[in-house]
Amino acid sequence: MSTAAQEAAAQGALQSIPALLARNAASQGNRTAYREKEFGIWQSWTWSEVADEVEAIALGFLALGMERGDYVAIIGRNRPALYWSMVAAQSVGAIPVPLYQDSVAEEMAYVLEHCGARFAICGDQEQVDKVIEVRARVSAIEQIVYVDRRGMRKYDHSQMNWIDDVKAEGRAARQRLLPELDQRRNALTYDHTCVILYTSGTTGKPKGVVLSNRNIIEASKASSEFDRLKPTDEIVAYLPMAWVGDFIFAIGQAYWTGFCVNCPESAATMMTDLREIGPTYFFAPPRIFETMLTQVMIRMEDAGRAKKRLFDTYMAHARRVGPAILDGKPVSAADRAKYALGELLVYGPLKNTLGLSRVRVAYTAGEAIGPEIFEFYRSLGINLKQLYGQTEASVFITQQPDGEVRSDTVGVPSPGVEVRIAENGEVFYRSPGTFVEYFKNPESTASTKDSAGWVATGDAGFFEEGSGHLRIIDRAKDVGKMADGSMFAPKYVENKLKFFPNILEAVLFGNGRDRCVAFINIDLSAVGNWAERNNIGYSSYQELAGHPRVLEMIQEHVEEVNASVAQDRMLSGCQVHRFLVLHKELDADDGEMTRTRKVRRRIVEEKFADLIAALYDGQDSVYTETEVTYEDGRKGKLKATLELRDAKVFDTETAAPIAAQ
Amino acid sequence: MLDTQDDGYMTADGRKIGGVAMEMRNITLRFGGVVAIKDISFDIRWGEVRAIIGPNGAGKSSMLNVISGFYHPQEGEVIYKGYKRPRMRPYEVARMGIARTFQNIALFEGMSVLDNIMTGRLNHMSSGFLSQAMWWGKAAREEEENREKVEKIIDFLEIQHIRKTPVARLPYGLKKRVELARALAAEPAILLLDEPMAGMNVEEKEDMCRFVLDVNDEFGTTIVLIEHDMGVVMDLSDRVVVMDYGKKIGDGTPDEVRNDEEVIKAYLGVAHD
Repeated sequence: MSTAAQEAAAQGALQSIPALLARNAASQGNRTAYREKEFGIWQSWTWSEVADEVEAIALGFLALGMERGDYVAIIGRNRPALYWSMVAAQSVGAIPVPLYQDSVAEEMAYVLEHCGARFAICGDQEQVDKVIEVRARVSAIEQIVYVDRRGMRKYDHSQMNWIDDVKAEGRAARQRLLPELDQRRNALTYDHTCVILYTSGTTGKPKGVVLSNRNIIEASKASSEFDRLKPTDEIVAYLPMAWVGDFIFAIGQAYWTGFCVNCPESAATMMTDLREIGPTYFFAPPRIFETMLTQVMIRMEDAGRAKKRLFDTYMAHARRVGPAILDGKPVSAADRAKYALGELLVYGPLKNTLGLSRVRVAYTAGEAIGPEIFEFYRSLGINLKQLYGQTEASVFITQQPDGEVRSDTVGVPSPGVEVRIAENGEVFYRSPGTFVEYFKNPESTASTKDSAGWVATGDAGFFEEGSGHLRIIDRAKDVGKMADGSMFAPKYVENKLKFFPNILEAVLFGNGRDRCVAFINIDLSAVGNWAERNNIGYSSYQELAGHPRVLEMIQEHVEEVNASVAQDRMLSGCQVHRFLVLHKELDADDGEMTRTRKVRRRIVEEKFADLIAALYDGQDSVYTETEVTYEDGRKGKLKATLELRDAKVFDTETAAPIAAQ
Repeated sequence: MLDTQDDGYMTADGRKIGGVAMEMRNITLRFGGVVAIKDISFDIRWGEVRAIIGPNGAGKSSMLNVISGFYHPQEGEVIYKGYKRPRMRPYEVARMGIARTFQNIALFEGMSVLDNIMTGRLNHMSSGFLSQAMWWGKAAREEEENREKVEKIIDFLEIQHIRKTPVARLPYGLKKRVELARALAAEPAILLLDEPMAGMNVEEKEDMCRFVLDVNDEFGTTIVLIEHDMGVVMDLSDRVVVMDYGKKIGDGTPDEVRNDEEVIKAYLGVAHD
């Protein structure tokens, strides 16, 4: 590390990520900063080693001719080398632009073209191939750097380098280039751009959110203090690097607090790696918690009778008293004793299996989490909380303080964040983390952020009286009215449906209509397991999804949800009158979901207009053809005849209370 | 030494193919009255991907068994590394740097993927039974070294997630990959693949193709493969031997073979006017 950077650090001029890195290397150089599992072993790097690696990469970038203000695309799964490349790019004054690694070449071309990236840092051959594929159209790309050398030998290397060669070149040229690097590093201020993150965009083309060093560091600082994060904390970095959450957790907070970032061996080993590391600070979107719960439930279904009974008994007890114990509320000694026994017999081993034994703070966000799912984790003693955030806010808008956690709110405004509710119910916020602008898109910037710095979230919500917690109802544009004027809040019903392990995804329609209908996606692992146990043979997803017994089962679920929805006077109109089980999984490659796996309602509505019409016509079955995109980008057609079913609906008065868990 | 030293050749994609690794000279193999292979000669060069194709019953697998030393031909000789190869036992073949995978998967079903691949390292371990049982000194050191090699292969073939999974629980495509991993673990000079893509779907085939090419590229392993999928053969191989009824009816680059009248007639079929 250079002396100039040390001085800057000493003066408290921590105005950039490279400056934070220098501080960490100086103050806790021997503490582990990164781990990555490779060749079956956790390899680790201390903060001073990381500082050294980042400097080598930065010097190598200088040698390759990276200029101040260049855009550097980062494409690949979470690996230390890619995180270091981002910080190295910042060190030379360039701006990292992480991309979703599972984007098809077409989407990648748009972002690369839009930001005009000169450099692309790729994880492996697959990503390099995609960049090469779009290179003809994206003229700006000059240099490709790759991390994994496998299969790269035969490529034309005139404008391509292995990252280890870049480092070696940087190290060799250290004496010559270090003064230049020091100068550039020290020139970084709060106003320089830290990163550009392209939002996956539920509508239209992705927008590049420009976040400054001020945004990232202030947001990281406030949120780290809110949850009292410590240098001894551990996280597992497994969410897409292009997502703002990953950038805040694995770079912003990690560098501010100085905790350790662990990278899994591969996406497929994530659950094993999670168990081995046992993170203390954990973030996952609701979908992950759902999947984990589904897997637990499936395995309990297969367990012996004694084990199943033990599990059911203690889980019922945990549901009753677990959350109260976690919140420090008074609980009787007998209940506490039984809970302690449960911890020994059930909860402890279960948390260990899930890799959540050591979790001190866990967050979920991005979508509403089913109350039952949320309570399940809370009752086990896992401090799972909700936060509400956006890329444009550097994540944090509101979050739940310890002891004030509920499944139906998203908490109080984060430190330093002001929130107000507009007359139409839309939530607005203003904070030090509020983004600078949308890159090369002044119209969108102007329509989202006003001159006083207030940003429109696009979500409808309200502050609860008494607690002061924010409650989000739905996307402001998705909340609608039924023909009779009652409220149509699709998410509310969809989330109830999605709590059933057999249902992966649900889409409710009914805006402006007299009744609601729904599309259901089955969860292949849960339903497949069920089919196996019931000797139901199937050869494809489509066949299983159309099986009469699967339809019957889904119908039961839908009717249970109807009974539960009927309890709520305001929303009883949202009961599902008719439904169908889709013959394909909704997929980001087909544009039906975002890369963060949120349903793009409007696109689904357009694409399957024939099915919706059939549901409202009262037909019993419908023939449909759907275009699908395969992993390699080719397109094909899926043909199917779907059965449409009626579901029982309930009057608000007669609804059976038992169904409304 | 019966050497046939020459310089090899360059492939279209710029790889340097070396001299002759193994030469088949007038091989004839009989099972009782059945002539499985009839007077076949061809060579395999260092670093190349050599395919053997032909219709069912053409004698491809028999040929592979002759190359691997499992069958000893009644007539003709096999020249390996410049020397005439005597009749050998399977473990002697393995020690000479030849490894193979099987048409019907031959893994230890009850063992984990890792243990299966470790068995491929057997020839690289020399500590005695007692030392291994006691886990003392050399045995422990050896296992560590071998595990490191095996982990590199696991990483290479992207099977980290099934490292500890019993083989019996794996789907077919992954079993094939594990078998390839075990063969690779022996660090062979020549790798024999008996229908590596049989029974796979398109995606699995593409993956396997990439792995075969990567193995050849990364480790410089000479690969001899039998395959039915013509697309795969034409994409993968540098040179192709075509067999029919135990006879060689063609030998050359994929393009040459594709345009050979006899091959088209026998294997790819003739158009009826």
